[in-house]
Amino acid sequence: MDLTLVLQGLLSGLLFGGVYSLMAVGLTLIFGVMRVVNFAHGDMMVWGMYLSYLLATRAGIDPYLSFVVCAAALFALGLLVQHGLVDRVIDAPHEMQILLMLGVALVLENLALVAFGPEPTRVRSPLGAATLWLGPVFVDIARLVTFVVAVLLTAALSLFLYRTDLGRTIRAAADNTYGALVVGIDVRRVYAVAFGVGAACVGAAGALVSSILPFQPPTGLSLSVTSFNIVIIGGMGSLLGALIGGLLVSVAESLGAVFLKPSLKELVSFSLLIVILLFRPAGLFGKRTS
Amino acid sequence: MSALLRLDGLEAGYGDLTAVSGVSLEVRRGEAVALIGANGAGKTTTLRAISGLLPVRAGRIEFEGARLDGLGPAQIVARGIAHVPEGRQLFPTMTVRDNLELGGRAADRRHRDDALELVFALFPRLHERERQLAGTLSGGEQQMCAIGRGLMARPRLLLLDEPSLGLAPVTVKLIFDTLQRVNGDGMTMMLVEQNVPRALQLSHRGYVLENGRIVLEGTRESLRASPHVKQAYLGL
Ligand SMILES: Nc1ncnc2c1ncn2[C@@H]1O[C@H](COP(=O)(O)OP(=O)(O)O)[C@@H](O)[C@H]1O
Ligand SMILES: [Mg+2]
Repeated sequence: MDLTLVLQGLLSGLLFGGVYSLMAVGLTLIFGVMRVVNFAHGDMMVWGMYLSYLLATRAGIDPYLSFVVCAAALFALGLLVQHGLVDRVIDAPHEMQILLMLGVALVLENLALVAFGPEPTRVRSPLGAATLWLGPVFVDIARLVTFVVAVLLTAALSLFLYRTDLGRTIRAAADNTYGALVVGIDVRRVYAVAFGVGAACVGAAGALVSSILPFQPPTGLSLSVTSFNIVIIGGMGSLLGALIGGLLVSVAESLGAVFLKPSLKELVSFSLLIVILLFRPAGLFGKRTS
Repeated sequence: MSALLRLDGLEAGYGDLTAVSGVSLEVRRGEAVALIGANGAGKTTTLRAISGLLPVRAGRIEFEGARLDGLGPAQIVARGIAHVPEGRQLFPTMTVRDNLELGGRAADRRHRDDALELVFALFPRLHERERQLAGTLSGGEQQMCAIGRGLMARPRLLLLDEPSLGLAPVTVKLIFDTLQRVNGDGMTMMLVEQNVPRALQLSHRGYVLENGRIVLEGTRESLRASPHVKQAYLGL
C-alpha cells in the first residue's frame, strides 16, 4: 500500500468532511430542538445544489458566492415546511411526523426530477481546476475553500446559539420545551427559526459541494442517510458531535475508497457507526438519557 | 381594594376529564393568597389555566381589569404574570445565569441586570453557583433558581406551585422566609401548597380546593380556626 495514497485519501476526506459536518449540524439542530427527524434533509440539500446550478448557469454567479443566496432560500423553505406542515403534527405520534417528512422528501425529489431531469450534473467553478501541491500530496483548492467556508458557517451557527438572545431561547426550547413555555418563549416561532436555520445549513452545504460532487435528484436520499449516520455517530442533538462525526465519516469513506473499492465507501461508514454504537450507545457526544 | 386577578367560574381539564370547574377567586394587590388542597384537587390545573398553559374551557380570567383567557403563555407573561411551576421545569443543561436571564427576556439589558442583582441578593447561593449547570444543583437550589427565574420577569403577580415539594425542612424555611420578604416588598403572590401550615403562615387569605371545586375560603385566621381545615389539613 502506497503511503502517499493514504495521506492523499486522509486529506481529501478531511476537507470534504466540512460539508458533511455542516449538513449534520443542520439535522441535529432540528432534531435537538423539536425532536423531529427531517427525512427531507438530503432532498433539501439537493435543492440547494440545483439552486446554485441555476444561479451559475443563468446568472453566472459562482457557487462560492451563491451559497449565501442558497442558504437564505432554504431558510425560507424550512420556515415554510415547519410553519405550514410540521407544526400541525408536532404533538402527534412519531409515526405521523415520519410519514409527513418522508412525504416532503418524495415531493422535493420528484419536483427536482420534473424540473431538472434525471441526468447527473455539476456546477463549473474556476476553483474546480485549481490545485496546490504540498510535497507528495495535492490540495484541491475547491475542496479547501469548501472546507473553510463550511467550518466558518458551523462556527457562526454556534456563536449564534451560544452568544445571542434568540440562540439562547432556541437552546432553552431544546432543553425543556415546557419550561420554555412557562417563561413565555414563543416556542412555535423558535421551532420555525430552528427548522429554517437547519435547512439553511444544507442550502449552503449544497451550493458548496455543487462543483465537487456530481448530483441528480435521487442524490438526496443518500445524503439524508449519510446525515443520519453522522448525527447518530456524534450523538443525537449534539452540535459538537455532528461536527466531529462529519469529519470522521468523511475521512472513513475516503480511506475506504483507497483501501477497498470506491463503491464500498458506505460499507466503511456504516461499520464505523456499528463500532461506535457498540462502545457508546448514545453516540460520541450524546447524552445517555432522554 | 380592587382585585389584581379575578377568576370567575373557571373550568379546565384534560381530554374527557374536567379537573376544575366553577372556580371563582380573587387576588388583590400586595396580597399573598394560598390555594390549598390534597393531591389531585386541581391546584396545578388552576395555575396552568391562569398562565395560559392549559386552555380555559369555561368562565373568565381577568388581570388588571383585562381578560386573559384565550391568550397564550407568552402574552400572559408579557402582561405581568410569572409562573414558578411544579417540578421547577428549569433548563437543566444551561447555567444558572442563563436560566435566570431567560426569565427576564422581555426586559431590556439594564432592567435585566437590576433584576439579576435583586435575585442574587435574595438568594446568594445562586450568585455562587451562577456558572453551574442548573441540572447539577441540589433540590433546594433548583427551587431558588425557579423562583429567581420567575422574579426576573419583574411580574406584578407571581404564581408559585408547591415550592416546598421534596425539600428538607431547613430549606423550606429558608424559601418561605425569602418569599415572605418578597411579598413584604410588595410582590403579589398566589401560592399553591400541600404544606398547609407553611402556606397559611405566609398568606393573608386562602381558598380550599377539593375535587376541582372551591369548598372554603377565608382569611388566614378563619381558615386556621375552621374545624374542616384543622381536621383535614392541619392534622389537629
Ligand atoms: N396532564 C394531565 N393529563 C390528564 N389528567 C391530568 C393531567 N394533569 C393532571 N391531571 C388530573 O387532573 C386532576 C387535577 O390534577 P392537578 O391539577 O395536577 O392537582 P393538584 O395540583 O391539586 O395535585 C387530577 O385528577 C389529575 O389526575
Ligand atoms: Mg399539583
